[in-house]
Amino acid sequence: MIAEYVGRALPSSRPYVVGREKVREFALAVGEGALVCTDLDAARAAGHPDLVAPPTFAATFTIPAMEAFLSDPAVGWDYSRMVHGDQSFTMHRPLYAGDEVVTTLHVDELRSRGGSLFLTLRFEVADTAGEPVLTAQALFVTVAAVEPS
Amino acid sequence: MTTAGPVDAAPGDTLPPLVVRMTRLDLVKYAGASGDFNPIHWSERFAVGVGLPNVIAHGMLTMALAGRLVTAWIGDPAAVVGYSARFTRPVVVPDDDAGVELELTGTVKAVDAEGDGARIATVAITAAVAGKTVLGRAVARVRLPV
Repeated sequence: MIAEYVGRALPSSRPYVVGREKVREFALAVGEGALVCTDLDAARAAGHPDLVAPPTFAATFTIPAMEAFLSDPAVGWDYSRMVHGDQSFTMHRPLYAGDEVVTTLHVDELRSRGGSLFLTLRFEVADTAGEPVLTAQALFVTVAAVEPS
Repeated sequence: MTTAGPVDAAPGDTLPPLVVRMTRLDLVKYAGASGDFNPIHWSERFAVGVGLPNVIAHGMLTMALAGRLVTAWIGDPAAVVGYSARFTRPVVVPDDDAGVELELTGTVKAVDAEGDGARIATVAITAAVAGKTVLGRAVARVRLPV
């Protein structure tokens, strides 16, 4: 059950390669107009090694990591009634196309109040050399399940 | 007072406002681009079944769109060193061509010097649909150009 995970980290993800076309697709989906996110020449002219991932791009690999964890029936979390309470990103450096990153999901806190469960997850994202790239933190809320006995 | 640009940013400056339209198509595009296929963001049947009034936007899409207020101001998204928000009100997106309009405004709350000589602006963002705020405590921290 979910409470048993509190204070623990899940095994780190396989390396995720930030794809150039994924950065373009994400930028277009959110309407990010900065050329450094879609035009390689513009990115390099601005001093970047490759396309710049938009500020919330890390959602593309942190949200699926969260889903894989919380949608597992064995974890005992009602995923169908879950809402996303808050989200933060702290960039230790810019995220670029071509980066290869590893995410470690930490289950930081679980609170129960008024029939709801409040779960704080933290995603530590590093490059394959172990250098920190970004930290994402998120609060998820769902209904406290009543387990049939 | 709206700033001419971020170079001379000072507390109290307001960012150029932005209005962004969100339709069902944008939710589908975001689902594909982000890998978040939760059906509350594309299936009315499922959304209503779990007690929502209708399909709602991904909180992360609303947050990404609101971030454009700041990236449009600063110019380079790589300058954003921190971004956080609370999802305080679901954004219901109707199944029509008009969708909803997200109204974005922002104010520089602080400008702080870092140890390396960089200056970091803290920008508070407000995001509203039909006059009601949908994000709480939305704050971006941005490295200012030197």
